[in-house]
Amino acid sequence: MSAVPSPSGSVGTPSYMNPYLAGVGLGLVLLASFVIMGRGLGATGSFSSLLAWIVQAISPEHADAIAPYADYLGEDHPLKSWLVFLVSGAFAGALISGMMAHRVCACVEKGPHISTGGRLLRAYAGGALAGIGAKIGLGCTSGQALTGGALLNAGSWMFMLMVFVGGYAAAWYVRKQWI
Amino acid sequence: MDIGAPFYKLGMFGDDASLAVAAMLGVGFGFFLERAGFGSARKLTAQFYLSDMSVFKVMFTAIVTAMVGVFALSASGWLDFSKIYLVPTYVVPQIIAGFVFGVGFVIGGYCPGTSVAGIATGRIDAGVYAIGMLTGIFIYAEGFNSFFASWAEATPMGQITLPAVFGISPGYLVMAVAVMAIGAFALAERVESAFRRPG
Repeated sequence: MSAVPSPSGSVGTPSYMNPYLAGVGLGLVLLASFVIMGRGLGATGSFSSLLAWIVQAISPEHADAIAPYADYLGEDHPLKSWLVFLVSGAFAGALISGMMAHRVCACVEKGPHISTGGRLLRAYAGGALAGIGAKIGLGCTSGQALTGGALLNAGSWMFMLMVFVGGYAAAWYVRKQWI
Repeated sequence: MDIGAPFYKLGMFGDDASLAVAAMLGVGFGFFLERAGFGSARKLTAQFYLSDMSVFKVMFTAIVTAMVGVFALSASGWLDFSKIYLVPTYVVPQIIAGFVFGVGFVIGGYCPGTSVAGIATGRIDAGVYAIGMLTGIFIYAEGFNSFFASWAEATPMGQITLPAVFGISPGYLVMAVAVMAIGAFALAERVESAFRRPG
């Protein structure tokens, strides 16, 4: 396992892009999606497709009886979905950027005061909570906050505000994991 | 100006081509997430300890950029805003959802999109987070018929934007959000320099 680069980017490598510049870049990708497709970006839907595909392979009857699976199943293969392709592209784009900056490493992101096992346990628990939240909210930071934020979608702005409220409310209790 | 967009909704290309578009947009999406440092859980969660407000800065710059673009192109008559998909609003479920999601964000260290950037750059914790995500969606789905379905669509408002809720012209709100964002960026810079940690 190689060393984790410092949060400001590892020494001797290009540091992160100016956040405002990166934001303009991300915003233009989002705008292109609106203009070309008539929809915004998303991430959670690709996880839903992947899970629906797995559940269908195990028990097609079970998958058909539950809307959160059935909604992602149709005549085509479940992974032949727009968001699965978008997220696959995102994987490639992030890999390109990471390789350009020498930021690719087999490593665990954590603060100095927590064990690797403890960190991975929290990564799992946090992922599960975010998964439930994204399903109830009909989207995540991509599909709701970013996309709906730009469209001035009423529910998206409430969701986004509450993401920050939830994050700041819990931050104190999990500070040992990060600082 | 005659309506010329969204291209896909106007039938300019089909479903298979739309998947290629998705992959290309995805490359840009992932590229800028990683460029910003969002493949790193420590960089992301620093937002909640006020030492690095990049999450806020990147997100709101992206929102303002796309918002102004959509507004200008719609106002010119070229982009048909009514053909852009809006996620319907359910007030109470989305308030609860945002809170739960935010707690998951600071505990897990990522959000779903940034976990993909983390996985792509080798972060093992991002991979574990993604498995957690699948577990969470599994819990939701398995509990849907008996629990979540009864309130998942409570307090519906339909597909509605903030200008429609407040009954004001979209242009004023676009301007107000842009001005507020600039003020918030200035505040974020000050907070950051007060809380910045060495290293």
